[in-house]
Amino acid sequence: MSAILEIANLNAAYGETKVLQGVSIAVEEGGITALLGANGAGKTTTLRAICNMMVRTSGTITFAGERIDGRATEDIARRGIAHVPDGRGTFGHLTVEENLRLGAYTRRDRAAVNDDFQRVYAYFPRLLERHKQQAGTLSGGEQQMLAIGRALMMRPKLLLLDEPSFGLAPLIVREIFRILAAINKDEKTSVLLVEQNANLALELAGQAYLLETGKIIMGGESAVIAGDPSVRRAYLGY
Amino acid sequence: MQAFLHQLLSGLATGGIYASLALALVMVYQSTHHINFAQGELAMFSTYIAWTLVQAGFPYWEAFFLTLIFAFALGVFVQNVILKPVENASFFSVVMVFIGLLVIFNSVAGWIYTYTVKTFPSPFPTQAWYGGSYLSPHEVGMMGVTLVVLGLVFAFFRFTKLGLAMRAAAQNPVSSRLVGIRVGWMLALGAGLAGAIGAVAGMMAAPILYLEPNMMGGILLYALAGAVLGGIDNPWGAALGGVLVGVVENLAGAYVVGTELKLTVALCVIVGVLVFKPSGLFGRFVVTRV
Repeated sequence: MSAILEIANLNAAYGETKVLQGVSIAVEEGGITALLGANGAGKTTTLRAICNMMVRTSGTITFAGERIDGRATEDIARRGIAHVPDGRGTFGHLTVEENLRLGAYTRRDRAAVNDDFQRVYAYFPRLLERHKQQAGTLSGGEQQMLAIGRALMMRPKLLLLDEPSFGLAPLIVREIFRILAAINKDEKTSVLLVEQNANLALELAGQAYLLETGKIIMGGESAVIAGDPSVRRAYLGY
Repeated sequence: MQAFLHQLLSGLATGGIYASLALALVMVYQSTHHINFAQGELAMFSTYIAWTLVQAGFPYWEAFFLTLIFAFALGVFVQNVILKPVENASFFSVVMVFIGLLVIFNSVAGWIYTYTVKTFPSPFPTQAWYGGSYLSPHEVGMMGVTLVVLGLVFAFFRFTKLGLAMRAAAQNPVSSRLVGIRVGWMLALGAGLAGAIGAVAGMMAAPILYLEPNMMGGILLYALAGAVLGGIDNPWGAALGGVLVGVVENLAGAYVVGTELKLTVALCVIVGVLVFKPSGLFGRFVVTRV
């Protein structure tokens, strides 16, 4: 399978603090790739580096055959990368519907946008129930659903998800991961998933990478990674 | 009673001017978290452009709309050329830049047009076509223009995609970029609109106050008082605050403190609100977790 996103030899730093060193990752087209690692390993920084936000980088990032490193965040988004950031990044003072409408901001195909509203509401019926409500008043799980819904409104080729399970009850996490699998299957959207919850992520993803203090120490089929004794001990807890 | 009604209505009319400028201040504040102290001087300078156009023989409304375009461009210029380089500078550096702009525009206007007071035409008829004598035709027209401006701005932010994107960019620039909104353009657009709204306030005020480089100084203070009173992070609260300040200023001037101390009323409003209700009447009280 071909890669939709290829990162080669990526270094990233906040000011003088180096976070990533020589990271190379490929996300295969139509697949789900997980990026695992402990707190502070550089998972969020990798996603930020892809979107060129808040971090200084060197190395090459190729998306759908074109170099995107060094481009402005909004241009990268317009090329088809939807980033669901850590902390969800919803617009708290705007309504659910307005949040979703902003996802479709750059699109001109009005009829298809209306269909996509229905599609998102079908995946997340709770968002339809609360479509006139201010996003800031939603629960954590609903905010995560809204953040994913907003990303879907962009009709992205690649979805970047930063810890969608963070701070949520296990049942909600299950539901969100089930919907993510459905989205990947139905929409053929490629996914790069960053997770601390390695069990869940390895279940969902076809490919996985393991990041430790800024370096990739292992990568390959999820099943192989999940079977590795050192990974089981350090990340899966059995 | 008649005199009271007259003062009240005339306060509403001048309040409209303060409301417009307060709205301009809040529009810039929401996206940059800075008060543009030069907003009044930009409006004054734009009004001089309108005066020049009228002198050159342009009909009033043509001059009016050309001035709006100029004021919009001036707002965009100030944002993109002067403020962008200091957007990451410390709070006080930006305040100094704004105060610098205030002084620069004031002096440039004085240098080009001299400090001699000039009359500025009103587009409204001098004879009242309506019976009452509470308000001059210009004051009635001024209220109408203010309402149209507020209505247009409200509709723009509420019902258009661009308005929604501007609200998003002001609220959360990082997330806005992630959905492809060009935040820099939104800031420029906001500054341009603020400039144009300010220019309307200037052109409406000039026939009453007469045109001179210090014309907007007092108005900026009243507008600021209005914005603080209504809530600096709420455009509609700020506009309403501007109207309230206009009424209070007029009534206090007529019945309590006399015309000489009118400006003090604005300062008292600012201090009073900051002491007793810092978020303003309609502002959001922001609580941050440490």
